[in-house]
Amino acid sequence: MSEQELPLFTELTAPNGVKWNQPLGLFINNEFVKSKPGETLSTVSPIDDKEITRVYAADSTDVDEAVKAARAAFENPEWSDLAPTDRGALLYKLADLVEKNLTVLSTLDTWDAGKPITVTKTEDCVESINTLRYYAGWADKVTGKTIDVGPSKLVYTLHQPIGVCGQIIPWNYPLMMAAWKLGPALATGNTVVLKSAEQSPLSALFLAQLVKEAGFPAGVVNIVSGFGKTAGAAIASHEGIDKVAFTGSTFTGRAVMKAASVNLKNITIETGGKSPLVIFDDADIEQAVKWAHIGIMSNSGQVCCATSRILAHESIYDEFIQKFIDYTTKTSVVGDPFDEDTSHGPQVSKLQFERVMEYVERGKAEGAKLLLGGTTPGTNLISPTVFADVEDHHTISQEEVFGPFVAITKFKTQEEAIKRANKSSYGLGAAVFTKDITRAHVVAAKIESGMVWINSSNDSHFAVPFGGVKQSGIGRECGEYALANYTNAKAVHLNLGTML
Amino acid sequence: MSLTKHIELPNGVRYSQPLGLYINGEFVKSIEGKTFEVINPTDESVICSVYEATEKDVDIAVKAARDSFDGEWSTVTPAARGKLLNNLANLFEENRTLLSSVESLDNGKSLTYSALDVNGAASCLRYYGGWADKVHGKVIDTQPGTFNFTKLEPIGVCGQIIPWNFPLLMWAWKIGPAIATGNVVVLKSAEQTPLSALVAAELVSKAGFPKGVVNIISGFGKVAGAAISNHMGVDKVAFTGSTLVGRTILKAAANSNLKKVTLELGGKSPNIIFNDADLDKAIEWANMGIFFNHGQCCCAGSRIYVQEDIYETFVEKFKARISAIRLGDPFHDETYQGPQVSQLQFDRIMGYIEHGKKEGAIVLCGGKRYGSKGYFIEPTIFSNVKTDMKIMQEEIFGPVASIAKFKDVDDIVAIGNATSYGLAAAVHTNDLNTALNVSNRLKAGTCWVNCYNMLSTALPFGGFKESGVGRELGKAALANYTQVKTVQINMGGLG
Repeated sequence: MSEQELPLFTELTAPNGVKWNQPLGLFINNEFVKSKPGETLSTVSPIDDKEITRVYAADSTDVDEAVKAARAAFENPEWSDLAPTDRGALLYKLADLVEKNLTVLSTLDTWDAGKPITVTKTEDCVESINTLRYYAGWADKVTGKTIDVGPSKLVYTLHQPIGVCGQIIPWNYPLMMAAWKLGPALATGNTVVLKSAEQSPLSALFLAQLVKEAGFPAGVVNIVSGFGKTAGAAIASHEGIDKVAFTGSTFTGRAVMKAASVNLKNITIETGGKSPLVIFDDADIEQAVKWAHIGIMSNSGQVCCATSRILAHESIYDEFIQKFIDYTTKTSVVGDPFDEDTSHGPQVSKLQFERVMEYVERGKAEGAKLLLGGTTPGTNLISPTVFADVEDHHTISQEEVFGPFVAITKFKTQEEAIKRANKSSYGLGAAVFTKDITRAHVVAAKIESGMVWINSSNDSHFAVPFGGVKQSGIGRECGEYALANYTNAKAVHLNLGTML
Repeated sequence: MSLTKHIELPNGVRYSQPLGLYINGEFVKSIEGKTFEVINPTDESVICSVYEATEKDVDIAVKAARDSFDGEWSTVTPAARGKLLNNLANLFEENRTLLSSVESLDNGKSLTYSALDVNGAASCLRYYGGWADKVHGKVIDTQPGTFNFTKLEPIGVCGQIIPWNFPLLMWAWKIGPAIATGNVVVLKSAEQTPLSALVAAELVSKAGFPKGVVNIISGFGKVAGAAISNHMGVDKVAFTGSTLVGRTILKAAANSNLKKVTLELGGKSPNIIFNDADLDKAIEWANMGIFFNHGQCCCAGSRIYVQEDIYETFVEKFKARISAIRLGDPFHDETYQGPQVSQLQFDRIMGYIEHGKKEGAIVLCGGKRYGSKGYFIEPTIFSNVKTDMKIMQEEIFGPVASIAKFKDVDDIVAIGNATSYGLAAAVHTNDLNTALNVSNRLKAGTCWVNCYNMLSTALPFGGFKESGVGRELGKAALANYTQVKTVQINMGGLG
C-alpha cells in the first residue's frame, strides 16, 4: 500500500483477539485528516518487530493547521466562555469514556509499546482515568486572589489560561502521559496540540475519538502523530504556540528549550533520571528488596524516575544483593506482554533494546560485576540485569540506561550516601530505606531530587507533584502544582480614587 | 405503619416513598414508633406520615455514624470519597423528575424551581466531590532540626439540621463539604418537608456509600434537633434556620461538649436601586429578590430602597410587575408562586402584615390571602415604612416587601446597615465606583451588584452579625468540617 493510499481508519485485531476501528489520521478540529504532504510513519510492535499499521505523520505544515485550529478554538466563545464547571464536566465525561473503552486502550498500549496487559489494564488505564477525574474536579476551583493594599485600590489577580499549548509526550506510558498533559491544560481553559511518540501513536488517536465523543468543541484538543525532529521541532519553535510541555530525554529536552526561545514560550520539561535508592543498615531488607525491584524492573525499566542506582550500606550490602537477585529471579516473568502472567515485556523498540544491551557491554568493560541477566530471551526482551560494585564514575552509574538494569554500590556513612546520591546531573526521584525517623526526613531534605520516597519507590500518585531538579526538568506535573504550568497570573489594579 | 407508601403525584409520577429513619444504610422504624403527618401546603391535605426520630433514635444514628467513622470510612481514600459524591450527583440528575416532583408536593414550590433545586443540589455534590482529594495541609519551616506540617483532619460525627425552604439544596450544601473532608453525618430534615430527604437517602445507598456514613432522620427541632445539638457524641453541628433557634443551638453546644457550630440564619437584606440603575432590569431583580421562592429565602431582598429621583416611577412599574406574578398549583407550568410551606408560616406572615398596617405602613398591593385553600398569600408591598417598625426589623419570611426612598450613598449605607442582620445586600447602579463603594461599606456576607439571589456553588455564602457564623459553599465550607492538626517533629534542633 503506497503512502497515498493509507485510509483514515482501519480495522485492527490484536493478538488477544480484541477488535476495533483504529483512526490513522491527524486529529485536527475534531476531524481525522490526512497529513498535507501525505507522510506516514510505521508503528511496529516490539513483541515481534512487525508493523501494526502505518499512521499519518504530521510535518510542520500540519502543525500549522493544528495550531490554527487550536487558536481559533481558544478564541471561540464555545470554549472561552464555557463556565469552568462545564469544562470540568467534559473532563469527567472523557474519564468515563476511557473507562468504558478500557479493554481497547489497554490492548493498544500493550501491542504498541510492549507493556504487560495486566499493567496497562490496572495501572496505565486506571491512572489515566483517575488523573482526568482529578483535573475535572479542579476546573472550577482555580481562583485568583484579592490582595488588600489599602483603600486606594481594589487589587485582584486572574489566573488565566496561557493559550495554545504544544504537548509532546513519550512512549513509555502512552495513554497515561496524554492524560497527565491534557488534564491540567484543559481544566484551566487552554487548547492543545499534542504530539504522541512515533513509537506509540495508536492509543492517543483512539483517545482523540473519545475527546470528540465527550463533547469538546472542535479545535480544543488536536492530536497528531509524528516524529520529534519534524513535528516535535515544529511545535517547539512555533510562534503561534504559547507554551510547550515536553516529556522525553534530556537531550531532546535541551533542543526543545532552545527552540522555544524563539518566542519565549513558556516551557515545562520532564526529562531523564538516574534516581538513587539508598538502603541504610536499619532498613527492613525484605521491603527494600521488593520496592527496589518495582523501582527498576517496572515497565522493563523504561521509567524516567526509576531508581536505577542502589546505594546499600556496607553491612547489609551482600545480604541485600543476594536477596534482590533471589527475589528478582523468582518474581520477574519475562515474556509476551499479552500473557497475563508476564510482568516484564519487551523494550519498546529494537533501537531501545540495542541501547540497553550496549550498556551491558559498557558495564562489563568498566569493571562492574554482572551478577544477573544481561541476556535476551526473545525479541527485544532483556532479562533483569544487575551490576554490583559499580563506581560513581562508571557510565552505568551516571547515564540513564532506560532498561531493566540496576547499578549497585556500597557506602559507609549517611553523609557519604547523600553526597554520592547527589553525584548526578539528574535529580528526578530518590528512595530512602530506614526506620530512623530523623534520618528519613534529613536525607529526604538533603537529597537533590524532585521526589523522595521513604520506604518505597516509584509509588507515585496523581494528586502529588511529579518532576525533577537539575537536568531532570523544569516544572511539576500532577497535583495542584500542574495547574501553574497552564495559567498566567494577571494582576488587576482598580484605582479607587488616586487622582493626579 | 409500614416503611414505605406508594404515592401518585399530581403529574402522574408514581413512586414508593420511604417513611423510616435512614440509619446505618437502611430504613428503620423509630424506636418508640412515633410518627408525624406531612402536609401538602397546596391543598392542606395529609400526604402521609413519616417516622419521627426522638432522642433514642438520635443516639442510634450517632453510634452508627461514629462506628463508620472509626471503622470503614477511615480507610476510604479522599479520591474514593470524591467518587462517591460524584456518583450521588449523577443519581440526583438521573432522578431529577422524581426528586423535583416530591419536592413540589411537600414544599409547594413550582416544579420549574424544584427542578432547578435538584440541578443545584447535584452541582453542589459534584463540586465537593471534586474537592475531596484536594484538601491540603502545609509544611512550615520554623528552624533547622525540625520538620513541621499541618493536616486538615475531619472533625468526626457532624449533626446537620436543615430548613424547609430548599430541602434538597440544603441537604446537598450540608452533606457535600462534610463528606468530602472525611466526616460522617446525622442529618435532620425539617419537619415541614421530610420527604425528598428520604428519597435522596435511597440514592446514598445506590451511590455506594458505606453504611453509617450518611444518616438521614425526620423529626422536630425541639426533640431530634435538640438531641443532636446537646449530644455528647456529636463533634460538630451545622444549622440553617431562624436566628432564634440558632441561639438555642449555640447554647446547647456550649452546655454539652463545646461542639463546633456553624449557623446560617436569617436576614433582612437591603436591595438598593440608584438613580442611574437600568430601571427595567432593577425591577426584575427586585421582584426576584423578594418574591422568589415565595419570599422564603434567608437572603431575600425584603427591604427595597429606591433613590428619590426614580422612586415614583419605580413604584408604579414595580406594582405592575407584581400583578403579573402567577400564583397557583406548583404542578402547573405557568405557576411562579406556590403556597407558603405551612399553616404556621402562613399565620406568622399574615400576622406581620396586620402588624404593619397597625404600625401605619401602607399596603401598595397584596396584603391578603390568595384563594381559600392552601397557604397562599398575595405578593405584598408596604410603603411609608420607618426603620424601627417591626416589619422593617424582623424577618417575615414571606412574599412581603417594604419599599422606601433614599437620598445618597451615606444615607443608604446607614439605612442599609440599620439591622441586626447582615446576610446579603444588593446595589443596582451603572457607576463602578458607587457599586464598589457601597458594597464595601455594607455589612453583609454577600453583596450583589446588578443582580439578586444569584447563589453559586463556588461562591462562599453566609452572614455578618446575627445572620450567622461561618460560610457555606465554595472552598470556604471545607473549613467548617476540618480541624487543623499541627505535627512538629524534633529532629535534633530542639532541646
